[in-house]
Amino acid sequence: MAAIKVHGSPLSTATRRVLACLYEKEIDFQFVPVNMATGEHKSDNFLALNPFGQVPAFEDGDLTLFESRASANYVAHEFADKGTQLLISGSNKEVAVLELWKEVEAHQFNTPSSKVVWELFFKPFLGMATDAAVVEENETQLGKVLDVYETRLTQSKYLASDNFTLADLYHLPNIQYLLATPAKKLFESRPHVDAWVKEITARPAWSKVLAMMNQ
Amino acid sequence: MTIKLYGVAMSTCTAKVLACLHEYGAEFELVPVNLQNGEHKQPAFLAKNPFGQIPALEDGDLTLFESRSISTYVAEKFKGSSCDLLRSQNPKEAALVKTWMEVESQQFSPAISPIFYQSIIVPILYGGSPNQAIIDESAAKLGKVLDVYEKKLSSSKYLAGDFYSLADLHHLTYIYYLMKTPYGKLINERPRVKAWWEDISSRPAFKKVAPGLTLGDKN
Repeated sequence: MAAIKVHGSPLSTATRRVLACLYEKEIDFQFVPVNMATGEHKSDNFLALNPFGQVPAFEDGDLTLFESRASANYVAHEFADKGTQLLISGSNKEVAVLELWKEVEAHQFNTPSSKVVWELFFKPFLGMATDAAVVEENETQLGKVLDVYETRLTQSKYLASDNFTLADLYHLPNIQYLLATPAKKLFESRPHVDAWVKEITARPAWSKVLAMMNQ
Repeated sequence: MTIKLYGVAMSTCTAKVLACLHEYGAEFELVPVNLQNGEHKQPAFLAKNPFGQIPALEDGDLTLFESRSISTYVAEKFKGSSCDLLRSQNPKEAALVKTWMEVESQQFSPAISPIFYQSIIVPILYGGSPNQAIIDESAAKLGKVLDVYEKKLSSSKYLAGDFYSLADLHHLTYIYYLMKTPYGKLINERPRVKAWWEDISSRPAFKKVAPGLTLGDKN
């Protein structure tokens, strides 16, 4: 049995964030499905793993973590020598640029993109009505963020450097869902962003994450 | 060449970085940004932070923004002194610090920030009335987050373990402002959270920052 376990749901953006990292690093892990429809993520057993009752939870032997970005970050560091290099090594100044773009994903991109994904992808999927005002407000906000990305990606092949790193990886789950909605126009109208989106979503490790839907 | 931090002392995000700089005894210069005049949206500042928000940091040829990445950079740069807010020497402790930094970022901040915005920013900066529905909804969410903290703090002195870390520090400025509102009760009603708050807010580094957190003070 693998020492690494991910407890989560193949549809969950946060679960996918951790899975993407594990596939990039080519590390064996056990996926433990959590049945959210029956409220398993609020059960005492699961709360013992993540007291916030959200997927995913992550185990490596006797270490238990939650928060997908902290879990992925741990994997990228602990297994730095394996698979894809997802970190920047070098001076503190060079490393700081990676931390910066990870924060940008968390604080600028994540909120508006998550709201659009919820309204345009999940709500119809669940038979709920989309709120057009929320979509418009958040697409506008997301557009402003992507304008910054467009400029950044003229200076750098990927967000933090000329190589794919955690900063790019963290965006994959929301980007994938946005591509399945009309909001994909926000990417298509920005050539450097569009090229970056196509590049990162075509990565073999990401295809393996999506293939888990079929299990 | 000294570190330059662009921002204002009363801003939660600028002050978060100030607290970290003081913990490490780092030399720096606080360069004021005139928010009233929209300086943060002018090209000169956008060149430092394209998102037009304070703070931004310059250290020689490095320019950073996003307060949490700045504090992380400061902690890495001054690593090796007696101050150890990232626990970098111990990968498991370091991972737990990152986890609780994410909790502050993803669970705590989104719940507390609307309370701060409605209670303090809206009346003071915009002369408007707080939206009580938003405050109530956020207070309920914040209460649930703090319930998790209350339980966690029964098994460790600080959030990531028995050591003070950036995970605790990142909470200081929002809680300081919360305590100026009636919603400070959310902290006071939870004995371990209250004790934790009293501990972390009494640290000398924070005592240098707190006098600058003047929003909401009556003159």
